[in-house]
Amino acid sequence: MNAQLQPTGSAYFIAKETQQPETHTLSVLVDNEPGVLARVIGLFSGRGYNIESLTVSETEHEKHLSRITVVTRGTAHVLEQIKHQLERIVPVHGVVDLTVRAKELGQERPLERELALVKVAGKGEERVEALRLADAFRASVIDANTEHFIFEITGKASKVDQFIAIMKPLGLVEICRTGVAAMNRGPQGM
Amino acid sequence: MSNGKSEQSETSNREMTGAEMVVQALKDNGVEHLFGYPGGAVLPIYDELFQQDSIQHILVRHEQGAGHAAEGYARSTGKPGVLLVTSGPGATNAVTALQDALMDSIPLVCLTGQVPTSLIGSDAFQECDTVGITRPCTKHNWLVKDVNELAATIHEAFHVATTGRPGPVVVDIPKDVQFAKGTYTPPQTAPRTSYHPKVQGDLEKIKAAVELMAGAKKPIIYSGGGVINSGPQASQLLRELVDLSGFPITSTLMGLGAYPASGKNWLGMLGMHGTYEANMAMHDCDVMLCIGARFDDRITGRLNAFSPNSKKIHIDIDPSSINKNVHVDIGILGDVGHVLEDMVRLWRATVKTDKKTLHPWWEQIARWRARDSLAYRMNDDVIMPQYAIQRLYELTRGHDTYITTEVGQHQMWAAQHFHFDEPNRWMTSGGLGTMGYGLPAALGVQIAHPDSLVIDIAGDASVQMTIQEMSCAVQYEAPIKIFILNNQYMGMVRQWQQLLHGNRLSHSYTEAMPDFVMLAQAYGGHGIRCEKPGDLDDAIREMIDVKKPVLFDCRVAALANCFPMIPSGKAHNEMLLPDEATDEVVANAIDAKGRELV
Repeated sequence: MNAQLQPTGSAYFIAKETQQPETHTLSVLVDNEPGVLARVIGLFSGRGYNIESLTVSETEHEKHLSRITVVTRGTAHVLEQIKHQLERIVPVHGVVDLTVRAKELGQERPLERELALVKVAGKGEERVEALRLADAFRASVIDANTEHFIFEITGKASKVDQFIAIMKPLGLVEICRTGVAAMNRGPQGM
Repeated sequence: MSNGKSEQSETSNREMTGAEMVVQALKDNGVEHLFGYPGGAVLPIYDELFQQDSIQHILVRHEQGAGHAAEGYARSTGKPGVLLVTSGPGATNAVTALQDALMDSIPLVCLTGQVPTSLIGSDAFQECDTVGITRPCTKHNWLVKDVNELAATIHEAFHVATTGRPGPVVVDIPKDVQFAKGTYTPPQTAPRTSYHPKVQGDLEKIKAAVELMAGAKKPIIYSGGGVINSGPQASQLLRELVDLSGFPITSTLMGLGAYPASGKNWLGMLGMHGTYEANMAMHDCDVMLCIGARFDDRITGRLNAFSPNSKKIHIDIDPSSINKNVHVDIGILGDVGHVLEDMVRLWRATVKTDKKTLHPWWEQIARWRARDSLAYRMNDDVIMPQYAIQRLYELTRGHDTYITTEVGQHQMWAAQHFHFDEPNRWMTSGGLGTMGYGLPAALGVQIAHPDSLVIDIAGDASVQMTIQEMSCAVQYEAPIKIFILNNQYMGMVRQWQQLLHGNRLSHSYTEAMPDFVMLAQAYGGHGIRCEKPGDLDDAIREMIDVKKPVLFDCRVAALANCFPMIPSGKAHNEMLLPDEATDEVVANAIDAKGRELV
């Protein structure tokens, strides 16, 4: 409907989207039961939607509720469809497009944070430099011996990106990132 | 859904095995018929079925047949269809029917056996990841690992399948859970907190819709399968709304019968093989009221030329259907029956109808209708397929008739030339387009309505996909009539090859056709062959009178094509009409650019 359609010689059309795609962060509250994550990601793959980041964990143990945070990219029309399709899944309690909600609240974007563990190995000058830069990024050392550090860094995804880029020449060995956790500012819940 | 309080209290919180619970839960949910096929992983349940007689089990010949039979049963009764299959191949064979039911919103409850919990994941004999395989083709599914949750899960399965937008569900039950003892819980009314479909429409939006409709000069109602799913009351309200407003009405394939084909406001079906008047009215209307339909690509034609000058109102129970393909001005989320009730009430209270306003619109429609888009050239020597359907319709009037179809040309001819005055009389595979649907669906309908006349209008290719269910029909003395329009081609495939692929008829001709008369006899049914138009009426009467399953081999004109048609990439007002469809026009209906892109 927001696309320019070209006949393909069948009943179907090749659509050229005329709307610009946007990146949005969705919060999905689900019953924590077997297979619920598979339902959510199966929906994304089955209907051809993008997942840029995915975070999931139980948030309320007694109520068996988990919160899934998905960063996805699509046109406004596709994002609306994603929300409705997610809401159709039986164990889904609710879906909030945090990016839309932030705009409604007069904010630029929702609060988004990511945690990464970054292992750097090296000796001498490079090792000192890595430690100095980690300090500047407020990354903490959670494991070390004379030949390596493991840093824990928390922040916006862009900050984590930048930290990893800087560590690359200083002996970066491996990275583990959690994906984005997000929520809207202000006193209201989702 | 439940059988009443006395039975419930009797069984509440009783100790029993999982297999007993399955049968008890089916009874408590009002199940009378069950379509299934036994196997290792469901033997405990079959043993329980053996020891009772309130649920009748129908033994099919293939699990896909069980699924379609349950669909026909559901669609013709408004009740959920239930099937029971074993693990592994039993479950995978049912997948086609599950997806079919998902796309056409048919309530199905499919119980599958599973290998014992201790063996899950070990590649055990007849093991498959049933919940994984059926996740995208069900509304919801469950693997039950604890016998104490089994009863509640089955009750929830019935609730999910039958409420909101109906659909298929799967409950996967490992064999050890069927043997284990636990506590049976009776059906409860409190559903899970995350699932609460909205049935009541927003009154403000309904008001706005009524206002928009009241001011329309060229209105149209476009209704779909949602009206039928909502129940007989919804069809009644739809008829009231049409009478009150004087609006013309068309319907999708799935919605036929909600408004009677004999009604004076009826324009016929719309879409790719719909009538000229229905499609032209959709294109030129100023207000469109879509009720329980989903703007499918077979309906809209080229989307950016779809009804360009109309304000659109859409009533649907599924929020993801609203604004999915076509942007609408007023989207009303709710059950069709509930919304129509409000709409009819508001119309009565607020609108003063002057039907003269619609006079020019009806005159225009009459001009379109005069094009007679369903016309075809009669032939004295060869049975035209359209003629066969017309005669079938005429000769079955006055009978309590249910029609199912397979998929292809015969399906479209049936939709065009067989007329339905009541809902739940027409069972066809719309969304998925499953060849092989009609024969087992007819069986399911006949089981639900043993004294009615149930006819599967079939094609020679489709019918062979599930023909083994003839054996089942004979076993249960279900006198289904399989009316085969036999042209020896996969007719719709051939029609598209003629339109799109330079008449290169790649593998769409069946060179070795079975002798359907002998085949019917081999199954213990009755076979009829008819080759001449003059013999047709008598042959159809014979078919109706025989109290046995019948294969009717109706030899029709081999090269007839299905018109009118909206060719690919064209809009509603660019239909190809039968009198214009010469060989040359057919070959050039789709431009070169379109063909390149195929």
